[in-house]
Amino acid sequence: MKLTLGPVLYAWSRRELIDFYERVAAAPVDIVYLGEVVCSRRRELRREDWLALAAALASAGKEVVLSTLALMETEAELRSLEKFADNGRHLVEANDMAAVSVLSRRGLPFVAGPHLNAYNAATLALLARLGARRWVMPIELSRASLAQILERRKAEIETEIFILGRMPLAFSARCFTARRLGLEKDNCEVACGNYPDGLALSTRDGEEFLVLNGIQTQSSAVCNLAAEIPDLRALGVGAMRVSPQSSGCFEILALVRKALDEALAAGEAASMINALLPGAPCNGFWHGRPGVAQVAA
Amino acid sequence: MAKNSPRMPSNQVVTGAAGAEQHPPELVCPAGSLAALKAAIDAGADCVYTGYRDDTNARNFAGLNFTAAELEQGMRYAHARGARVFVAINTYPQTESFHRWCAAIDRAAASGADAVIVADAGLMEYAAAAHPSLCLHLSVQGSATTHEAINFYRRLFGVRRAVLPRVLTLDQVAKLLRNVETEIEVFGFGSLCVMVEGRCALSSYVTGQSPNTAGACSPAWAVQWQPTPNGLESRLNGVLIDRYADGEKAAYPTICKGRYRVEGETYYAIEEPTSLNTLELLPDLLRLGVAGIKIEGRQRSPAYVTEVTQVWRAAIDACFDEPTRFAVRGDWMRRLGTLAEGQQHTLGAYNRHWR
Repeated sequence: MKLTLGPVLYAWSRRELIDFYERVAAAPVDIVYLGEVVCSRRRELRREDWLALAAALASAGKEVVLSTLALMETEAELRSLEKFADNGRHLVEANDMAAVSVLSRRGLPFVAGPHLNAYNAATLALLARLGARRWVMPIELSRASLAQILERRKAEIETEIFILGRMPLAFSARCFTARRLGLEKDNCEVACGNYPDGLALSTRDGEEFLVLNGIQTQSSAVCNLAAEIPDLRALGVGAMRVSPQSSGCFEILALVRKALDEALAAGEAASMINALLPGAPCNGFWHGRPGVAQVAA
Repeated sequence: MAKNSPRMPSNQVVTGAAGAEQHPPELVCPAGSLAALKAAIDAGADCVYTGYRDDTNARNFAGLNFTAAELEQGMRYAHARGARVFVAINTYPQTESFHRWCAAIDRAAASGADAVIVADAGLMEYAAAAHPSLCLHLSVQGSATTHEAINFYRRLFGVRRAVLPRVLTLDQVAKLLRNVETEIEVFGFGSLCVMVEGRCALSSYVTGQSPNTAGACSPAWAVQWQPTPNGLESRLNGVLIDRYADGEKAAYPTICKGRYRVEGETYYAIEEPTSLNTLELLPDLLRLGVAGIKIEGRQRSPAYVTEVTQVWRAAIDACFDEPTRFAVRGDWMRRLGTLAEGQQHTLGAYNRHWR
């Protein structure tokens, strides 16, 4: 089974991104997703910078996939998408039907990202016919839903599951980080750059609840499905995604790698990973429960 | 009554400044029940949108929606009065139950629906193949926010109309309209989704049910109201969404409209309890050539539907007659104001400063 590193969802600085991916080149991951998925106002790295990182990671033996925006609004964003599609070398992860459209019109293979709504075997078959080689299951789907899909589609497409990280729950036209700071989005100063793991939101009785990450809203609880690795393998899942966080990320990758290689029991890896997470662990969606729930093994 | 309604084609086509034929946008009103359907049509709606009484539609609430027989009755009522009926089959089916969504499409086609409103691409493919003459609309839950995405659905499935998520500025809507090969319907009034429709799992994070999976946001079974010494608390499956002091008006606990703490400050971190109201944008929406203006609210009463439909009918007709002299009337705003969530209005994303 392959270990994948999802795109960085936060507005890290140019220096932080470059340093991070230098370490990724030496980390035990098979596939690296690169690019800005949340907000086109984040421009610490330009397209040439991303492509340079992609080339460096590819030389280090990684499969590189270029990820696209989940919410597209402008002509400029569409043009940028087309340029990424035409990169000539790396696979692209489509996170919106506009990207599926652009890639399929060019006859290019692609990864169907987690923000496309592939909820059933029929939609997945359609995406596969359009060129999807791999798909990332939407986060709110359960093990039962996946089993139904894989029963029918296992042979047609590779499956990737988001197993570790704060879950992207929603996107908006509004920037909640800018709102917090009283800034307008058009003049936001990319203030989300001050929050390398997002801005914590809690309920009025003090319960940690959500994380504001610009126009994206994430769970405060952190998805940890490491304990399910043997089950995921048995279901026929081909790749496991870890979503980057500012600290502990490489320790987590090493532990997941060990669990994938069966050098460490999955349950033990999951417990060790829990200590490295920025919030409480959760696995509810996988078990068909509210996403925030933590179901005991 | 609707003097310029597209139901009466005699006087409704004019030549606009650009030389193109212009129609007034259709007024597309919510019908959560047969009574609401009749109320909307009697008040001047050009179209109503409905759903079956199950999880195939995104307003799957107890006591709402139509049995197949009721829907056929509603269609007879509508068609006899020149109005059209759209059937929303706009949740995302899972593999095991996919056949139930296909059956809903079959039923809508057989009963003479004027369009089905669909979000799931696999289901749309089924509808286009099984019922080539059935008119397909792309639901707002399909999250298509660019001409590229909308034209994709047109190319693959012959979609005739797309409903835009409430994320674009007026300027972005204008650009999109220049490049799409479908009709465009926009939201004009009603509860405001702050998140991109079809891309929001906040409700399922807390309750296990979302619009995509269960056709429900903040399902009623999960809502609790608790009087406490600190004030009235609203909770969703145990999570505190807001707390109200004496005299504060309490709102239904939708996650995106609660008050939370961020960096020590308590405020509406995502959005206030507020409704979308775009009456003042009508001249722009007409000039841009949107095909339909949608009123949210299938969960609302027939009396609500009557009130909103009457105001919007009058406003669209007035604006179409004399766009340059159009002004939002005080009595329209007062009538809509009493109906709005939290009795506050916003232009939402149409106004770029909102974002």
